[in-house]
Amino acid sequence: MKAVRKVEGRAIPFGQKNVDTDVIISAEWLKTISREGLGAGAFESIRQKEGNIFDDPEFAGAPILIAGDNFGCGSSREHAAWALDDMGIKAIIAPSFSDIFSGNAFKNGLLAIALPQEAIDRLMEVAKTDPVSIDMESMSVTTPFQDRFAFEMDPFRRNCLMEGLDEIDLTMTQSDAIERHEQETDSARPWIRPQAA
Amino acid sequence: MTKARTLYEKIWDAHVVDQRDDGTSLIYIDRHLVHEVTSAQAFEGLRKAGRKVRRPDLTLAVPDHNLPTTPRLDAQGNKIPIADPQSAAQLAALEANAPAFGVPYFDATDIKQGIVHVIGPEQGFTLPGTTMVCGDSHTAAHGALGALAFGIGTSEVEHVLATQTLLLKRSRTMEIRVNGKLSPGVSPKDLILHIVGVIGAAGGTGHVIEYRGEVFEKMSIEGRLTVSNMSIEAGARAGLIAPDEATFAYLKGRPMAPSGAEWDAAVAYWKTLPTDKGAVFDKSVIIDAADIAPSVTWGTSPEDVVPVTGVIPDPASFADPSKQDAARKSLDYMGLEAGQKMSDVPVENIFIGSCTNSRIEDLRAAAGVLKGRRKADGVKWAIVVPGSGLVKAQAESEGLDRIFLDAGFEWREPGCSACLGMNPDKVPSGERCASTSNRNFVGRQGPGARTHLVSPAMAAAAAVTGKLTDVRELTKQD
Repeated sequence: MKAVRKVEGRAIPFGQKNVDTDVIISAEWLKTISREGLGAGAFESIRQKEGNIFDDPEFAGAPILIAGDNFGCGSSREHAAWALDDMGIKAIIAPSFSDIFSGNAFKNGLLAIALPQEAIDRLMEVAKTDPVSIDMESMSVTTPFQDRFAFEMDPFRRNCLMEGLDEIDLTMTQSDAIERHEQETDSARPWIRPQAA
Repeated sequence: MTKARTLYEKIWDAHVVDQRDDGTSLIYIDRHLVHEVTSAQAFEGLRKAGRKVRRPDLTLAVPDHNLPTTPRLDAQGNKIPIADPQSAAQLAALEANAPAFGVPYFDATDIKQGIVHVIGPEQGFTLPGTTMVCGDSHTAAHGALGALAFGIGTSEVEHVLATQTLLLKRSRTMEIRVNGKLSPGVSPKDLILHIVGVIGAAGGTGHVIEYRGEVFEKMSIEGRLTVSNMSIEAGARAGLIAPDEATFAYLKGRPMAPSGAEWDAAVAYWKTLPTDKGAVFDKSVIIDAADIAPSVTWGTSPEDVVPVTGVIPDPASFADPSKQDAARKSLDYMGLEAGQKMSDVPVENIFIGSCTNSRIEDLRAAAGVLKGRRKADGVKWAIVVPGSGLVKAQAESEGLDRIFLDAGFEWREPGCSACLGMNPDKVPSGERCASTSNRNFVGRQGPGARTHLVSPAMAAAAAVTGKLTDVRELTKQD
């Protein structure tokens, strides 16, 4: 995973609440066996409407998306994170995220930044005309107008993101502990081993 | 004396491999269900890194999401090729990856094939007190048997395949207590739709739910699976129900469940799992079962629930301005107006199936309404998609397929089908569907499709009248 310390640039003031992962990437696009190229299908149902915000030249190449409450709810499809990444989004700012989506975003080096609704309202306003900056070191979102919103992030996730650490590599270093757990389970609860299918 | 713990806390504690100072824990995963849509990239990741599947014996693979529900074998018993080349490639990838990594696999032509969340309990792969994951958000369903089960993304699928663990933070706990009894004609689906309506689509975010109270104690395992399944529609990754005698009776003798002395040891352990007296939940919601009528959704979020006897709400009636805006957009997409009676809304399509409602009891409930009746002329497309080959065979042995066929329904092969509009089973743009599935999102059942979530009996009633209908009106004539 690539290390992420800062994301700066224009932010798409999308703002919608309860954005589900079906809307981010519809099922038709889930037939792929690759992680690549899903940006073309991102927000397809919205992009079919003329004058939609995602195709507004003002926000072309914007690395930040601002959304409403419960972003990424619904299906666990990681394709949603891959699609956002492929369309050039590096961070999403919203009042809250679904648990599964925020995990998927993290695994792909996408920042899911939670801020209170008042901060979102202000950023939506700024984003119309000016850039927004996210700094992982100071854990803050700032604008050219002296706005400064502090955010929180799980320390483990923050460290992985800032150092670009691979979680499987990390866990692999604990294989002794995993094996110990397996041996304990085998003796205490042998019935957990399934009968052959 | 040890601290009183909830069911969730007991399962969590028994699966901690390592606890880190930053609050994350390495949690052992006892069961991993794998399907074609969220696994190809994970297997590819393993291959690239030269890794193996750590515990293929704890893993079970089956195709379901992308598989057509039309016949799979021709008259000579040969496999019928899948028309869509991308779907065919994705299904072929699972068929190749499973044996290459030593993972048990149910082929599309195997009677044991079905929707991951139907076959897990059916085979006895799902057990109380285990941790269970699948690259699918409706994994929450298995909580009905007292398993800590939740959906994960593909990177986590790869992590579990490689290490049989996940790095997790402990969730907060939420008790949903439903007191009293459900009224006649009100099903577990109506109950869970009502619950999602009450707590909202994000009400359970960050929490693991435990459903408690008399209603769940008296509910069948199939009904409990329907309830737990839709926990994710309220934002909760998992929704548990304490294992009890009904759970044990359901599991006993299932092919992958323990047997003999191991069965006795397992039951003894399972009996220690229910939440201790005095254990504290972070949040508690209390619902009176008597308040619940057959439920139906009007909008494009599963929280948009009203009783079928109700009307479509006025967007201005919501306190939250962002919800007002969302409701306006939903009504525009759904082609509905505030104040319209739900029971006046016509439907052109009926879907009975999905991991929420495709088990034998669901099919019996729908067939019970349809017996001796036919779908209305306005209903263009009505399909029943059993949850597994075994459910299909059971239904056929009870003659339910005849009831559906005589009522003008199509009787299909098992899979996820029109729940997510990935295989060819889609609802046409601009048309409505009374659907027993779990999501009414924009475009979920196909681009432009308009979904109304209902119970199996309510879907059957809508088929008969051609509009959303209070099933109690129909059955009181019986």
